Parts: sequence; structure tokens; C-alpha cells
Amino acid sequence: MDNRQKEIDNLKDYKYGFSTDIENIKAPKGLNEEVIKFISKIKKEPEWMLNFRLKAFERFKLLKEPSWQKPKYPKIDYQDLYYYSAPKSMKNKPKSLDELDPKLLETYKKLGIPLQEQARLNGIAVDAVFDSVSVATTFREELTKHGIIFCPISEAIQKHPDLVKKYLGSVIPTTDHFFATLNSAVFTDGSFAYIPEGVRCPMELSTYFRINASNTGQFERTLIIADKGSYVSYLEGCTAPMRDENQLHAANVELVALDDAEIKYSTVQNWYPGDKDGKGGIYNFVTKRGLCKGKNSKISWTQVETGSAITWKYPSCILKGDNSVGEFYSIAITNNFQKADTGTKMIHLGKNTKSKIISKGISAGNSDMTYRGLVDISSKAHNSNNYTQCDSLLMGNKCGAHTVPYIRNKNSESNIAHEATTSKISEEQLHYCQQRGLNPEEAVGLIVNGFCKEVLQQLPMEFAVEAQKLVGISLEGSVG
Amino acid sequence: MKEQLQKDFENIIKNLNLSQKDIEIKKFSLENFIEKGFPNRKEEDWRFSDLNQIIKKNIGELSFYCDYTSTNKVDTSVFVDGLEHNKIVFINGRIEKIDFYYEKKNQIEIIDQSETINRFSNNNSLSDLNNAFTSKCFKILVKKGYKLSKPLIIYHTFNSKIWSKNINLRLDFELNEDSSIRVIDLFNEASEKNFLNIFYNFDLKENAILKNYKVDKLENKNVKYSFNNVEQDKNSISETFILSSGSDFFKNEINCNLNGKYASAFVNGIFSLKNDKHHEIRTIINHLTDNTKSYQLIKSVLEQSSKAVYQGKIFVDSQAQKTDGYQLSKAILLNKESEFNAKPELEIYADDVKCSHGSASGSLNEDSIFYLMSRGLNYQQSRELLINGFLLDVVEKITDSEIKNLVKNMIGIKE
Repeated sequence: MDNRQKEIDNLKDYKYGFSTDIENIKAPKGLNEEVIKFISKIKKEPEWMLNFRLKAFERFKLLKEPSWQKPKYPKIDYQDLYYYSAPKSMKNKPKSLDELDPKLLETYKKLGIPLQEQARLNGIAVDAVFDSVSVATTFREELTKHGIIFCPISEAIQKHPDLVKKYLGSVIPTTDHFFATLNSAVFTDGSFAYIPEGVRCPMELSTYFRINASNTGQFERTLIIADKGSYVSYLEGCTAPMRDENQLHAANVELVALDDAEIKYSTVQNWYPGDKDGKGGIYNFVTKRGLCKGKNSKISWTQVETGSAITWKYPSCILKGDNSVGEFYSIAITNNFQKADTGTKMIHLGKNTKSKIISKGISAGNSDMTYRGLVDISSKAHNSNNYTQCDSLLMGNKCGAHTVPYIRNKNSESNIAHEATTSKISEEQLHYCQQRGLNPEEAVGLIVNGFCKEVLQQLPMEFAVEAQKLVGISLEGSVG
Repeated sequence: MKEQLQKDFENIIKNLNLSQKDIEIKKFSLENFIEKGFPNRKEEDWRFSDLNQIIKKNIGELSFYCDYTSTNKVDTSVFVDGLEHNKIVFINGRIEKIDFYYEKKNQIEIIDQSETINRFSNNNSLSDLNNAFTSKCFKILVKKGYKLSKPLIIYHTFNSKIWSKNINLRLDFELNEDSSIRVIDLFNEASEKNFLNIFYNFDLKENAILKNYKVDKLENKNVKYSFNNVEQDKNSISETFILSSGSDFFKNEINCNLNGKYASAFVNGIFSLKNDKHHEIRTIINHLTDNTKSYQLIKSVLEQSSKAVYQGKIFVDSQAQKTDGYQLSKAILLNKESEFNAKPELEIYADDVKCSHGSASGSLNEDSIFYLMSRGLNYQQSRELLINGFLLDVVEKITDSEIKNLVKNMIGIKE
């Protein structure tokens, strides 16, 4: 009991809120062609990549910032941001972990991700992204044996241009919406994974994103390709230091699943949420989209969203291949002045496609949470099915919980079912738990965990434990 | 369109004997409308039904001037038989008859209030259009404690002389404490390709009861928009039933403000569509104080390449604890070409509430058909039986037995 209390006390404040004092190389402030050329040059990119960026930038100039979302934010001055920032020691990329700046190693150790492989026993390959650059990728040799490519995307652009050229922008084109296009123009680093035909990836792949430098936007790009009959489970974690300013994080994640392939993508998002008065925190405006390109393919998104001042993302599935399956499991928790507008899009194009959406939203304090989702069954998607369930839990009458589903059915052989409920924790349940000796906070924790269980079950084991704790911590102080 | 609007507007001003104040209001509204134009898909509320395009496609050029100077002959053959009722008759948008024959004369007041502007919280350019072109607006005031003994049927009729016209009408109702009224809207059209723009405002005082039934059954090629604004005080009840079937396009909007404790609102609707008809129901229920209740049930049966849209929103203010809100929409798509779009929305700021919505769409259940056929019905009969039962569910929600029977006869539902 005491131990648990101690642990909670330890975790009560945002424990990832420290910043690492490290020398940085930054691109000049502002957004223009010169900066894009600078990024491209420092990454030693081939010309086609630069053209890709410039094309996106041309398009970006024509776009207007969207304003339909529920959480409003002060105008972002895109000219007042750094678009590239990397630790100086990364200029000449270290060949092995031993050469890596000890400060960086220390940072990741503090975050609970010791990069030295010997320290790792649980067999998760990690790609660590620090501001605009990937600092280390572990377990690469082991993965190479299976023919799996897992490396920073900047490296993939140089070493595997064919794959990148073929798939980059195939799911999120450069002509997409405002933030996605911005990302296409200025993205810095991220992970790239390719699972060859018939291979079942022997370990979890994971990326750990860290924002460190101030006044910097992080624009990372992840591309995962699962070739025919392969399987991969991918995890993503994120943290940032506590700062009074709001920082922008606009990532693009593209998944491509070919015939019979399966991708499982899990996120535990714990960016700095701002302080109790809503000052500071990350703007998490992320575009995540998966394409079930082949027959019988499957993409499954699982997310636990507890951090960020504003979360605005809709991990989506385009079910193009016949018999493909899309899944979306989400827990979003907002407390204090956090805001979230999240959900998913399931676009059914192929025959016999199935999708399932389970979304659990919990809002407490002065926060505001919106589930926004689209289920679109096109006229050619015969015999398709969708099931959606979104439940919201409210704590207190200063917070809000909203559900905005868009449901379009153009096929008479297809079925859509949607359910949503909003409620609070019932007095009976609380009473029952307290009667059996739990204090009110524990009782709420237990009930909330039960409420989220359907989603937590979908997470890989190591993540599930962390996520479960995180759910408890995020709601700390919201009861009573 | 702008020139047409201004030309027709001048004609109206010339022909109608309007007060200076009225002219000013109308001018102001016209300018607003010219600025905004017809709603289009860029507006969130109209994203599934682009009225601008629909008018262009179904009607083409609209004209806005109607001759309100001469009276039209009321054709009594359209009146409903077998049900004693009070009447309001609109012909081409002009009120020809207000008849409360069955009621005590001193309990109902009819007030001309053309000089007031129609303002709703949830505004779109159509209310401006309505303000600019309505000829006369009456308020029907039911006095304290009076319950109308017979239902009021509002006949919306047109004679065959008009074509490609925009017709605007407006009515206000004020129901004082403990009063009640039943209103049926019936559409009888002999003309085609007109755009009808209707605004009703209901003001319900304590314990008042409103039942509004909108029946759009007869096959016609008109484009219609109807907006009901309902303000509800303590303990009041509003019940709205919509049968959406006959017109080429029909959008019904219900905006309900539950301002007083224990107020409740019920909205039930049926879409029964064929060919390439496109209908929409949009509801906004605002729970603004504690202990209020709302219930919505919308069912659709869609054939051929018809399209139905349901946008329902439940808003719960942070003051509105103990709210009970429920919303269900179900659709059966009978043809490959048919389409059902839904946007059931919850916006909730209070924690002690019970709100839920459900939406389902799909084909007829093959198992049920198999069951019925195995008991000797043929495919067509089984299908009809299932659809009948599916829709009957909504009709049964009508609380007034007289009107329930009337509606059942109209739809041809057998029990």
C-alpha cells in the first residue's frame, strides 16, 4: 500500500518534464524554401526528395489553416518556429551506441528506455527520435537476419530509395490537408520499417519521440510497409519537457499493408499536457493513416491519449483490399485544461471489408473531449460491416464530452451499427467499492480501468502495464 | 439571381400595403440574404444536402414574386374527411382562411404581427429569405387553460398556375399556461417545382402541450424546407412527428429549447423514399436546465436511388443536470443505389446525465425473410410485413389516437 502511494506521489507530477541541456544545431528560424533546402541538405537527401518537399511546400502556400475543430488555439506563427533542431554530436552520425553522446544516453535512461542493448531483456527494438533526428536504433542486426529493415527514415531515403519512393506519400499525399502538407515539406526524421514477404516480425518495433529544444516544431514521419503475408506490431511513445510555451508536433504516419499482411500500431501518447492552469503543453496535430492495400490485410490502431494540451488526430484506415479489416481502439483522457478532438475514419472501398471502433473518453477538471469519426461505406463495398461504440465518462460539471460521428452508407448489402453513451461513475458503483475498503480514489481508478479494459487489452503487455498506470495518474486529483 | 431578387422585391413592396417599419425589416433581411445566398455544402449543417445545387438541379431559375393581391378560391375537396377539425388554408403562400369553427372564440386570438422580425439562435440565410418575402404573419394565441377540442389542420395548397416560384410562409403560436393544441401540416400540391420555405415558432408556457404532425405524403416535385422553433417552459411537452415521403427534396429542422424544468421533447420521424428523392431531418435539442428529457426516433426505408439524411444533436448545458436524452436512427436500404447518412451528435457539459444515441443502417434481415417464407408467405409479402412492422414502431409513438389512425391510413400500414 505504502509502496503504491509512494509510486503515485512520484508520478504525480509530469515526471518526464525535465529538459536535457545539450548543444543544438538549428535551422534558421522561419518557414521558406531556404529552410527546406537546409533540412534536405543536412540530411544529405537525393534530389527527388528535395523536389517532393518543395512540391509540398508550393501546395502548402495555397492552403488555409483549418478551423472546424472543437478545441480552438491561438494562432500559430509558422515563421516563428525552428523547423530543425538536432544535438550537435549527431552531426556525424555515431556508428554505434558506444559513440553516442552520454547526455543522450542519460536522457533516455531517465525516460525509462536504456538504449544499450545489453540492458534490454524484453526484446523490443527501439528507434529513438530526439527533436529532429533519430539518435539510435537498437536490435538492428537481429532484425536484419530476418530481412526486416528498421531504421530512421532519413537513412532509408539514402539506402532504400526504391521503397521510400514507391510508398512515401502514397497514403498521405503531398496534396492532403494543411498540417499533413506542412509535414511533407519540412519533416525531419522518424522511423521506417519494411517487413518482407511472409515474415512475422520476431519482436515489437518501437519508436520513442522526444521533444527537447524549445521553440521547435517536431515534424516526424513514419512509414511502415508490411509486405505480403507479414506481421508487425509497432509501438510509439512520446514525451516532452515542461515549458510555458505551446509546442507544435505535426507528424505523419503512413502504414501500408499488402495481401494477407497485418500491422498493429499502438501509441501511448504522453506529451507534456501543460500545467494545472492550462499553460504550456504540446499541440499534437498528427495525421495517421493506414492503407489496407492488399486482400485480407488488417490494420489495427490502438491509442492511449493522456498527454498534450490539444490532441487533434484521427488515425484512419482505408480498406481498399477485399476482405480487409480495420480496427481502432482508443482511450482518451483529458484533465485540467486539456482538450482533445480525436477519433477515426474507416473508409470502406473493397468487398467484405470489416471495421470496428471502440472509443472510450474520460474528461475531468475543465477539460473538453470530442470523439469525431467517419464511417463511409462506398457503393462498391458489398457486404461490409462496421461496428462503432463510443462511451464517454464525465467527472464534474466543468468539463465537456462530445460525440460527432459521421455515418455514410451507400451500399444496401452493408451494415453499420453505432452506439454511444455518456454517463458518470454511478454512486452505486462507488459505494460498493468503498464498502469493501477502497478509498474513493482507488475506487474511481478501479472503475475507470474497468471502463477502459476493452482497449487496454489490445495493447502489448509491456505497454498495457504502463498505460494502466498512466490512466490512474492522469485522473489524479479529479475526484472528490 | 440577385437582380431577380431585387426586381421581385420591389414588386412586393409596391403591391402590398406595408408600413414603413415593415419595409425596413424586409429590406434589411433581403440584404442579408443576398450576401449569404442559399445554403451550400460548405456549411456544416448542409454538408449532406446542398440546397443551392438542389434548387439549381430541380428548379433552375427561381422567381420570388407571388401575387398576393387577389384571393384564391378555396378548393374544399382537399379537406380531410371523417375528422372534425379547425383549418388554416394557405394557397400559394397566401392565407385564405383561418377557421376555428369548433373552438370557443374568446379563447383564441389571432394577431397580425407582420412587423416583427424572425430571429432564431440557429440561423441560416433561409430565415432572412423568409423575413424578406412573407406577405403576412399571424400569431395564434391560445389563452390560459384552454385546450383545443379539435385538431388544427394547416393545408398547404397551390393551384396549378405557379411554377418555379419561391413561396415563404410563417406562423407563430403562443400556448399559455395549461393550454394545448394539436397541429397537422398537410401538403396538397397541384403544382410543381416550387421552393417552399416555412418557419414556425412555438412558444410553450408552463404545462402547455404541443403536438405537431407534419405529413408530406403525396408524390410531388417540389423542394421544401421547414423550420420549427420550439421554446419550452416548465413542465411543457412537445411532440413532433414527421412523415417525409412525397417531395423531391424536403428538409425538416426542429430546434427545441428546453428552458424550464421537467420540460420534455419528443421527435419521431419516418423517411419512406423512392426514386431519387432526397430528404433530411435535422434536430437540435438544447437541454438548458435540469431535469429535462428528450427522445428521438427516426426510421427510414429507402428504395431506388433515394437518399436520407439524419442529423440529430443533443446539447446539454452545464446547468442541465439529470438530463435524459435519447436518440435512435435506423435505416433499411432496399436498393444498391440508395444512401443513408447520419450524424448523431452529443455535446455534453454536465456530468450527471444519461445520454445515448444509436444508429444502424443495413439491408433487410435475410433470416427474418426466410422465417416468414418458411411459413408460407411469398418474398414480396414477407418484405412488406417486415417493413410495415419496422415503420409501425414509429407510428405507435403518436400519442393521439385519432391522428394515429389518420396517419396509419395515409401510409397504408396495416396492423
